[in-house]
Amino acid sequence: MPHTEEDIKVMLDRIGVKSIDDLYSDVPSEVIYDREYDIPSAMSEIELRKHFEELGKKNQALTIFAGGGAYDHYSPSTIGHLLARSEFYTAYTPYQPEISQGTLQYIFEYQSMITELTGMESTNASMYDGATATAEAMFMMVASAKKKNRVLISGTVADRIINVVLTYAKFHGIDVTVIPEKDGISDLDAIKKELEAGDVAGVILSTPNKYGIIEDYTGFADAIHAAKGYMAINADPSTLAVLRTPAEWNADIACGDGQTLGMPLSFGGPYLGYISCSKNMIRKMPGRVVGVTTDADGKRAFVLTLQAREQHIRREKATSNICSNQSLMALYATVYLSLMGKQGLEEVNRLSCDGAHYLCDKLVNSGKFTLAFNKPFLKEFTLRTDLDIAKINKRLLDHGIMGGLNLGNGLVSFAVTEKRTREEIDQLVTLMLED
Amino acid sequence: MKYYDKIIFELSRPGRKGYELPADTYGNDALSHLPADLMRKGQPELPEVSELDVVRHYTNLSTKNFGVDTGFYPLGSCTMKYNPKINEEVAALPQFTQIHPLQDVKSAQGALELYYNLQKALANIAGLYEFTLNPYAGAHGELTGLMIMRQYHISNGDTKRTKIIVPDSAHGTNPASAMVAGLEVVEVKSKPNGSIDVEDLKPLLDDTVAGIMMTNPNTLGMFETEIMEIAKLVHEAGGLLYYDGANLNPLLGKVRPGDMGFDIMHINLHKTFSTPHGGGGPGSGPVGVTEKLARFLPNPRVKKLDDGTFIIETGEDSLGSISTFLGNFGVMMRAYAYILTLGKENIRNVGPLATLNANYIKESLKDDYLLPIEGVCKHEFVFDGLKDKSTGVTTLNVAKRLLDYGFHAPTIYFPLLFHESMMIEPTETESLETLDEFIEVMHKVAREARETPDLVKDAPVTTIVRKLDETTAAKNPILTYSSLMGK
Amino acid sequence: MSKILENLRYADSHEWVKVEGEVATVGITDYAQHALGNIVYVDMPEVGDEVTAGEDFGAVESVKAASDLISPVSGEVIAINEALEDAPELVNEDAFGNWIMKVQLSDPGEVDNLLDADAYAKLTAE
Repeated sequence: MPHTEEDIKVMLDRIGVKSIDDLYSDVPSEVIYDREYDIPSAMSEIELRKHFEELGKKNQALTIFAGGGAYDHYSPSTIGHLLARSEFYTAYTPYQPEISQGTLQYIFEYQSMITELTGMESTNASMYDGATATAEAMFMMVASAKKKNRVLISGTVADRIINVVLTYAKFHGIDVTVIPEKDGISDLDAIKKELEAGDVAGVILSTPNKYGIIEDYTGFADAIHAAKGYMAINADPSTLAVLRTPAEWNADIACGDGQTLGMPLSFGGPYLGYISCSKNMIRKMPGRVVGVTTDADGKRAFVLTLQAREQHIRREKATSNICSNQSLMALYATVYLSLMGKQGLEEVNRLSCDGAHYLCDKLVNSGKFTLAFNKPFLKEFTLRTDLDIAKINKRLLDHGIMGGLNLGNGLVSFAVTEKRTREEIDQLVTLMLED
Repeated sequence: MKYYDKIIFELSRPGRKGYELPADTYGNDALSHLPADLMRKGQPELPEVSELDVVRHYTNLSTKNFGVDTGFYPLGSCTMKYNPKINEEVAALPQFTQIHPLQDVKSAQGALELYYNLQKALANIAGLYEFTLNPYAGAHGELTGLMIMRQYHISNGDTKRTKIIVPDSAHGTNPASAMVAGLEVVEVKSKPNGSIDVEDLKPLLDDTVAGIMMTNPNTLGMFETEIMEIAKLVHEAGGLLYYDGANLNPLLGKVRPGDMGFDIMHINLHKTFSTPHGGGGPGSGPVGVTEKLARFLPNPRVKKLDDGTFIIETGEDSLGSISTFLGNFGVMMRAYAYILTLGKENIRNVGPLATLNANYIKESLKDDYLLPIEGVCKHEFVFDGLKDKSTGVTTLNVAKRLLDYGFHAPTIYFPLLFHESMMIEPTETESLETLDEFIEVMHKVAREARETPDLVKDAPVTTIVRKLDETTAAKNPILTYSSLMGK
Repeated sequence: MSKILENLRYADSHEWVKVEGEVATVGITDYAQHALGNIVYVDMPEVGDEVTAGEDFGAVESVKAASDLISPVSGEVIAINEALEDAPELVNEDAFGNWIMKVQLSDPGEVDNLLDADAYAKLTAE
């Protein structure tokens, strides 16, 4: 706060009051807080830095072999440097397009790249995270299906996503049915049965699913569309460089979390939710969208568009209440995808997939583990074992390693990214099989 | 500098690379052995560019932006404070950015301690019992808070409380959040001075009302002086009070929402606690509640045990979860750093100096701009356009002309109570010299409006693009590079 | 001053209705298109949808505003004006010439509840 004593005096004189307290004379005295705040005394930069370093020492950066919705992919150095440009990070929402072309253009590039990955028609400027984006996809389906108020979600979608979808649905008044999995994959027969009731607005699926399995959705879109429902697939966008896309499965909506596009784990956030959709659903899509236009001199320019859908205009008639996006994280994804390009992202998937299979084979060959479901996987997979997973993970932690996630019932899931080396995997296996 | 107008895809050349990855030594070629019908046909058309191409491209884009570091942002309701640099640095410490949200809590005690301390600090600053930091933004906080309100009534078996009272001057997000939370919006009218009409409120308070959503000071920057009466009435009717923290800044160090009778609130860390707006996010919208509502807070929760260690737990009475993990942790780190820098001594000055700055601008400009409501404002105030309406110069014209002079525009055409609303909020981080420069330019624009109105109506004229064709953009939306290329 | 046609009926939510037998043609008034500005999108119902008097059947959007379309009559939608899908600006050019939907009336008597041209003129003059 830059105010000198002299400044304050000048300003009070202009306003015509004697003291700053006079500016609060309309506030009832009973609500004025005059006690001391229960927070620490002011810290200088030196003290602050020390304090954070001390806190940091209580954390342990691990060699990570788990996923569960957050993956340890590599973040190229360039990204951090570009995101540190304060013209990007200290900017407000680009409501004044004349002085926000930087933000507007990277959002347009982001929309273009995510649309390429999902294969859909268009993408919004981003959502909070993958789980809330999936809940918003549910709203889109209900709003588009008119008068139908039930949504099915496959039990193979990650629990953390299902939980958020159920919370949103419970309060909004949408009837959600979780369709139990069958052998680790979605149960098409059970879904078809539910569709017969004729009240289903849409179905939510995922790829890869919560066990890491790449599901085969042959026949799903036909069944859902025949029942006049919509199909949404929650997909890890990084994997879409190689896996069959939501568009290729004939989905109407693709959604998910962009954390896999090189974003730091950061204890759970900030990450990035995305929503892409087919052409007929664009006007039901929540959130900000950037389009191309021209200015008075005929120059190409970028601008927020389709704003009439949004909360600041439609108020209680909007499909969603979202008013921000994870803009800076959209820039993160954009720079990442620019650097990696079509080859790089494929290589990331190749290294992750080959590493995951290398680890999987070693553990299965030990005779102590079996594949929980004999289905194809990419970078994440789930094994079954009689060993004490909690005990193994404790031992790994002592060696600075985060082992597989304990899913209960003898199931454990591992994830391998391009950051892991063959040596690290060998060490992991040795430590796991130590008893 | 030459005008830069490339899209990243236009720099692409087949085979060019901007990355280096280790060699694949696994020797199993597993990816190639996956079933062909589970794989995509062809590669996505991502750009193929060099690292230097990427660096130059995005550096050039950044120069087309205006940020708080570029200049003054008098944007009402948005609290565009300076974002201290040290906060960026501590938030980037690898001991925090490299930890996995699901790793053993024993190996994440520092992160949990920070999360817990911030919860406690916000509770003290807000005068409430407990906070969750999980909500990702202000609107997400509103939604979470309204879910808590509903869960409270449902747990009391009071299921017919499905209406929420919202003032007609409210931020558009309020009614939208209420709709998403499954509540029916009932509008309460504002008096000519913008504050809630208590007489209009009374008949609305029946046993179908879940609560009221308010911000104080209201969207006109005026303190709701009858707040204690309103709180009493709503509570007597069995409802709860929700505080929209968008306007918390003028109260920081002076008034705590909990002490005014509010039961639930959200705080925008990207407004009041100086975390960067990031061009539209990521933000963070922590939600605080009174003691009786604490058990309904969303999962997961961070708690401190008697032995001083921290855990993550899920509560049974919780409304459920609203986020994948614990919210935008990186944003929380910055807000925590800001609170520690202020300390209990300086936090006292935040609201008062923000209020001083706003009143100074208001008093300096009311000769040229129409001030519909006299009296002291708090952190922001609203002009109803230029005083002299004969020139035909609108609020939009004035806003665009400000861009020519190197200032960001104020918030315009909100609140909806006036036709030519122009909402100005300077924040406490701006100096007297900056305010004086802004005042001088505002006077100059008013003079131009009288003398050369066409000049103002034509604005902006100095920006890199001007007068964008928004109608065509909305009519035939082109939202991707491939549709721009006609594919 | 916006245009009002004598032989039509009007809803206070600014839709016009032209009744021919048991079929009603519905559009928005010249007053409404003026208030909205450049219309960029008309969200229309589908043929076969049931509409109810007083409930919304779609929306019109301009760049910075959106307005729900409230059906002045009840019945089944038997046609929509497909020309508006590609050229929503037609509503701005001639609001009365460019209808939005045709409805097979389930209760033709409902039309009597609507305003006549004089009453609508009075409403919009306020």
